[in-house]
Amino acid sequence: MSSLVRARSRLLHLPTAATVATPLLRQLRRLSTDDSTTLTIETSVPFTGHKIEPPSRSVETTPKELFGFFRDMALMRRMEIAADSLYKAKLIRGFCHLYDGQEAVAVGMEAATTRRDCIITAYRDHCIYLARGGTLVEAFAELMGRVAGCSKGKGGSMHFYKKENGFYGGHGIVGAQVPLGCGLAFAQKYVKDEAVSFAMYGDGAANQGQLFEALNISALWDLPAILVCENNHYGMGTAEWRAAKSPAYYKRGDYVPGLKVDGMDALAVKQACRFAKEYALKNGPIILEMDTYRYHGHSMSDPGSTYRTRDEISGVRQERDPIERVRKLILAHDIASATELKDIEKEVRKEVDDAIAEAKESPMPDPSALFEHVYAKGLGAQSYGVDRHEVRAVLA
Amino acid sequence: MALRRAGRRLNFLRLLTTSASRSILSPSEKKPMTMNLFSAINNALHIALDTDPRAYVFGEDVSFGGVFRCTSGLVDTFGKERVFNTPLCEQIVNEAAKFRYRSGNQFNCGGLTIRCPYGAVGHGGHYHSQSPEAFFCHVPGLKVVIPRGPEQAKGLLLACIRDPNPIVFFEPKWLYRLAVEEVPHEDYMLPLSQAEVIREGDDITLVGWGAQISVMEQACLDAEKDGVSCELIDLRTLIPWDKETVEASVRKTGRLLVSHEAPLTGGFGAEVCASIVERCFLRLEAPVTRVCGLDTPFPLVFEPFYMPTKNKILDAIKATVNY
Repeated sequence: MSSLVRARSRLLHLPTAATVATPLLRQLRRLSTDDSTTLTIETSVPFTGHKIEPPSRSVETTPKELFGFFRDMALMRRMEIAADSLYKAKLIRGFCHLYDGQEAVAVGMEAATTRRDCIITAYRDHCIYLARGGTLVEAFAELMGRVAGCSKGKGGSMHFYKKENGFYGGHGIVGAQVPLGCGLAFAQKYVKDEAVSFAMYGDGAANQGQLFEALNISALWDLPAILVCENNHYGMGTAEWRAAKSPAYYKRGDYVPGLKVDGMDALAVKQACRFAKEYALKNGPIILEMDTYRYHGHSMSDPGSTYRTRDEISGVRQERDPIERVRKLILAHDIASATELKDIEKEVRKEVDDAIAEAKESPMPDPSALFEHVYAKGLGAQSYGVDRHEVRAVLA
Repeated sequence: MALRRAGRRLNFLRLLTTSASRSILSPSEKKPMTMNLFSAINNALHIALDTDPRAYVFGEDVSFGGVFRCTSGLVDTFGKERVFNTPLCEQIVNEAAKFRYRSGNQFNCGGLTIRCPYGAVGHGGHYHSQSPEAFFCHVPGLKVVIPRGPEQAKGLLLACIRDPNPIVFFEPKWLYRLAVEEVPHEDYMLPLSQAEVIREGDDITLVGWGAQISVMEQACLDAEKDGVSCELIDLRTLIPWDKETVEASVRKTGRLLVSHEAPLTGGFGAEVCASIVERCFLRLEAPVTRVCGLDTPFPLVFEPFYMPTKNKILDAIKATVNY
């Protein structure tokens, strides 16, 4: 049901029945949400380069792309807020790390890459999963530990994967995904894929030793690895100035060039990722530091206000919110009206609600799934339940 | 610290044929060769790379042949695209073991086999004598395999490489040059998760693995002179381990002794003993016993005191039999 609504709206640009009878002028404007004429827009701030000439501030985009950014980010924002409610309702258990505020990084990166490029990230992965073609139902089902989830309910919030779309997850161990990401870049170079790997990590993980080990080898072997530091300025509850001697994470690669990017500006992210991809294919690794912000705390157990002020959070929301930025651009360029954008948000809300309802229908995995995929199938090893006299399963 | 290599297959859908014995030479050349452990392992790696074009070896110093010579000649035969040096960045427990499980079978590290030298060498000291197998045995998702000699090593290593699960393969470095056996020339595999009864007996079951097996064999011979008939079992695969074979043996003998170089407390012997007591409680004639390394960091000059020697095993056999 929800996918049908979405398809309809994309094709016909009729968010609600209320817009059927409209003046000609509005109809003309509505058509341009599908428009591919080039617009050139300046990023909020220029890029800062470390040992590299930064790309231009002027980004080419289209009304269609901007509209897509708005819709995708609104969907991501709505998904994360809904996840917050579900967690408080105890339908989602365990750990849940929300991405709202950082949506621009996910959509900007997706706009600059193909599905043959690999993306690997840490545990704040819900929105990147969506950007890489994951569905809402699979996301919510996985969060609630249901069988319809993308990892069959076995992974949970931190372990979303989409193999066919080049999304390598979803990792709980801080920083471990960076050596894995460099390994992906190695594989791409080995098979001459002409694609790159984006290994994402946070400002907290940026001080990890394994990151520098992986970076060293990536630079030595000229691997097409792009290390993306999503600097939301807090590693759990520790502000960057308390954690790092040098919080200029784009410079931490030393001999590896870096770029500092406004991570709340989807167009800046897109420009930087496209630039980085071109660079990495020819020259080896590069670091992108996305200056971004998360509105929620580190996870659902963290109120997020004991180590930063509410004024700071609302200040960023007012001045730098990624969705508001794109909304203003769309309105300024007359691509859609304020009402239409509000309608999109309503539609998105409904889509999310429908997906949650569908995900709730999915059952929990069968207890036998506990023992599945510990080892590859068919190599019969036995395991016992807590009550060793009664539960006995063959490890699949 | 442990050196490491890996032979990796990208195709995790390939099925195992445990009884395969593919010959890569003409029939007239199929006679066994006298080989030591590192040569047998080298031979196994050659066969693995030869039979699967998607297999490759990477790790510390594999290119020049490795400090223990296990990978010598590989790069000359198969090229530097398939045999190359890499640094270490251990992700075994948190990533390799759990990838298949947590991604709902979308991803896996099934083609990975990690080879590491382990065990005492007489003078290794704290870090070059350790037996860390128990740490890896505690990780569901990994398999741990330990050969006792060249002929076993070749067959087990080929089985490990072709097994669709991540496996840690421990090689007793003491035996790299010291152990010399007749090793068949052809491509053969030995089954994983199957223990081998090396010596049959009626009075007591001895269980061990790796280099310790030869020490236990000596103890068995000495015990026989005193009229004690010992059954010796080599576990070969530590996880998942062959409980059935050990249980059948203890049902026959009624007594169990486990011996390993690793320290006593928390060693894998504890798992074997606990499982056997659960299964064979009423059959046991004496408490199960473990003859292991001491609960100390592995000493340098005190190595002879630390090691579970033949005499310590003999004492334990006698005490158990006379209980």
